[in-house]
Amino acid sequence: MEFFERFAIPNPSFAIYASMVAAGITMIAIVAGLTYFKKWGYLWREWLTTVDHKRIGIMYLISALLMLFRGGVDAIMMRAQLAVPDNTLLDAQHYNEIFTTHGVVMILFMAMPFIMFFMNLVVPLQIGARDVAFPRLNALSFWLFFMGAMLFNISFMVGGSPDAGWTSYFPLADNEFSKSVGTNYYMIAIQIAGIGTLMTGINFITTILKMRAPGMKLMQMPMFTWSSLIANVIIVFAFPVLTVALAMGTMDRLFGTNFFTIDNGGMSMLWANIFWVWGHPEVYILILPAFGIYSEIFSTFSRRNLYGYKSMVWSMVLISLLSFLVWAHHFFTMGQGAFTNSIFSITTMAIAVPTGVKIFNWLLTLWKGKIEFTTPMLYAIMFIPLFTLGGVTGVMLAMSAADYQYHNTMFLVAHFHNVIIPGVVYAMLAGLTYYWPKMFGFMLNEKIGKWTVWTLSIGFVLAFMPMYITGLDGQARRLYTYSESTGFGPLNMVSFVGAAIMAVGFVLIVYNIYYSVRYASRDISADPWDARTLEWATHTPIPEYNFAITPEVKSSEAFWDSKKNGHVLFKGNYEKIHMPNNSGMPFVMSIIFFIWGFSLIFSLWIPAIVATLGIFACLTLRSFEKDHGHYISVKEIEDTESELRGA
Amino acid sequence: MSELFPFKQVMGFVFSMVLTAVALGVYFFDMSFAVGMTVLLVTAFLQAGLQLVVFMHAGETEDKGAIYTNVYYGLIIALVTVFGTLLAMVWDMG
Repeated sequence: MEFFERFAIPNPSFAIYASMVAAGITMIAIVAGLTYFKKWGYLWREWLTTVDHKRIGIMYLISALLMLFRGGVDAIMMRAQLAVPDNTLLDAQHYNEIFTTHGVVMILFMAMPFIMFFMNLVVPLQIGARDVAFPRLNALSFWLFFMGAMLFNISFMVGGSPDAGWTSYFPLADNEFSKSVGTNYYMIAIQIAGIGTLMTGINFITTILKMRAPGMKLMQMPMFTWSSLIANVIIVFAFPVLTVALAMGTMDRLFGTNFFTIDNGGMSMLWANIFWVWGHPEVYILILPAFGIYSEIFSTFSRRNLYGYKSMVWSMVLISLLSFLVWAHHFFTMGQGAFTNSIFSITTMAIAVPTGVKIFNWLLTLWKGKIEFTTPMLYAIMFIPLFTLGGVTGVMLAMSAADYQYHNTMFLVAHFHNVIIPGVVYAMLAGLTYYWPKMFGFMLNEKIGKWTVWTLSIGFVLAFMPMYITGLDGQARRLYTYSESTGFGPLNMVSFVGAAIMAVGFVLIVYNIYYSVRYASRDISADPWDARTLEWATHTPIPEYNFAITPEVKSSEAFWDSKKNGHVLFKGNYEKIHMPNNSGMPFVMSIIFFIWGFSLIFSLWIPAIVATLGIFACLTLRSFEKDHGHYISVKEIEDTESELRGA
Repeated sequence: MSELFPFKQVMGFVFSMVLTAVALGVYFFDMSFAVGMTVLLVTAFLQAGLQLVVFMHAGETEDKGAIYTNVYYGLIIALVTVFGTLLAMVWDMG
């Protein structure tokens, strides 16, 4: 019995037990459903073993949407707890666990896979490639991310949630102050997902540098591909820092090392330092592809080319460099001198310059454009004022002297939600609406879509603007309650109402998907938005090989040129196409990683050693495996093409 | 004959052995911590550069530009991170 006690949750509550029951029922329902409809084989052949970038992209999308709702429920619980003074809906411990989970889930398991979804789906198509450079590695990336996310998500039911904040600062995160295994979950689940992300970075840099269609120079890549390239470069340089930090943190917690302890020569501040050396570039990893999506949307629905292509590219290059020079602004109050703070203040403010260049480029794209207010465009238009507001408050926070007032207050919380929600989340939703017909062959309903944009925006303003005020008045973040005499009550109630309205917005998205699945017309072209870049030049549904003939490119808007200026994209005849084989190895290896992580979290050394050997066995097998892929014959291509053309 | 003899690689090998020997010297000769660390750092970076250029063939293909840009970018970020950390955590910590 003693063995099993470690798996018990330290702070049980009714809500957690109810979640356990719900999770159990869902699992049983999934297994029963798959068995009843005889879909196990389909699931294994078409999804679990796939190396197709489009399918991997869709799996990222499903994970991201699931996590969006998981993180959203956390957010609603927090807002409900703070809605009135001295509330007892949640106690301090649960509040800590919930804000920690909300942060980790939203950044690492919602925003990251959403970005990965777009990169997987769009980048190979935009550069006219058949797949990514290393398709099997891509599958491994996805499954490692997925297993990391699942490992993190079971924490609140098995052993206890992490509760030291998504930044997990030491010494709070060490064994003395965080006794449950929660922080072990944090260290190891993020490690596993992070390894997957790092592989994605290498994969996509190679893909973009080596696999562009003939004629496509670097300065002719569509803007989303450029933003993905830069984001992946940042991933490759930033994620190793996280890997090292998490490894050191894991060793402190499991093996009694002293990297981040207070005595024995450890330095707890070093965790904050290293965490943000990764953490700040991380926010640019999220925002740059979002900017890329906005660029595509602005130019498509203004019916003109993107204004200032070169300045867009150079501002992103500059942002990628500057993103590594600002990390200390996250801890201006930690005790370093005014000299250091001044340096980091200035570098931080400098980032506003290239970002401003981008904002003006988008505005000038709209200028004299024939603007069409579709749902994606509405998101993009909303983004500009809302994001700029977040940017301006960012510059306020960048002033280190003033930051002593704002630090760790709700003002900061309002700021980063103000950049992440209009910046990243809106871009994801806009992009989802934009690329939906390319993936599934029908469009999402425009009317419900526009209602969603307005609902989300009104909810957003109501939820986060009051936080600026209560923050300036001194309401600290991460405090689970406040007394009535502080006067924070009414504004927090407004925030709660805003959060509830946002929740309605997200429900509308689900309803829109349901409604469109049932009623939307399937009779749409492969290019329903009259778009400009190569991903719209192929059929819908996209054939396995993407393009029957590799397109030839002479500008950044090759597809537009082919529609309007007589450019010929596809020259020559069909030839047999070399494609990679499916493989179950990434899935199996990631399951072993899951077992490895779980064993380490609970200090079960024997299974951990066995799993480690299993991982190396997979690596060895792969090294000696001969897999030359397969060919799609000309006959098959002809059949597929004539079927898709509807001939 | 001169085209067949891998002169560059052999010289590279000799030079990398010399660098290793110099680095080993830090263990065998009595020198201050600062001098020892300086020797180790300098030989380590020379060694890494040598391996990259001579034995990993950086600069011999068309994507030379991309490879060197990446290396320099990585170098800049590593230096900024190390010195920024030293500044914030040690030199300027009150």
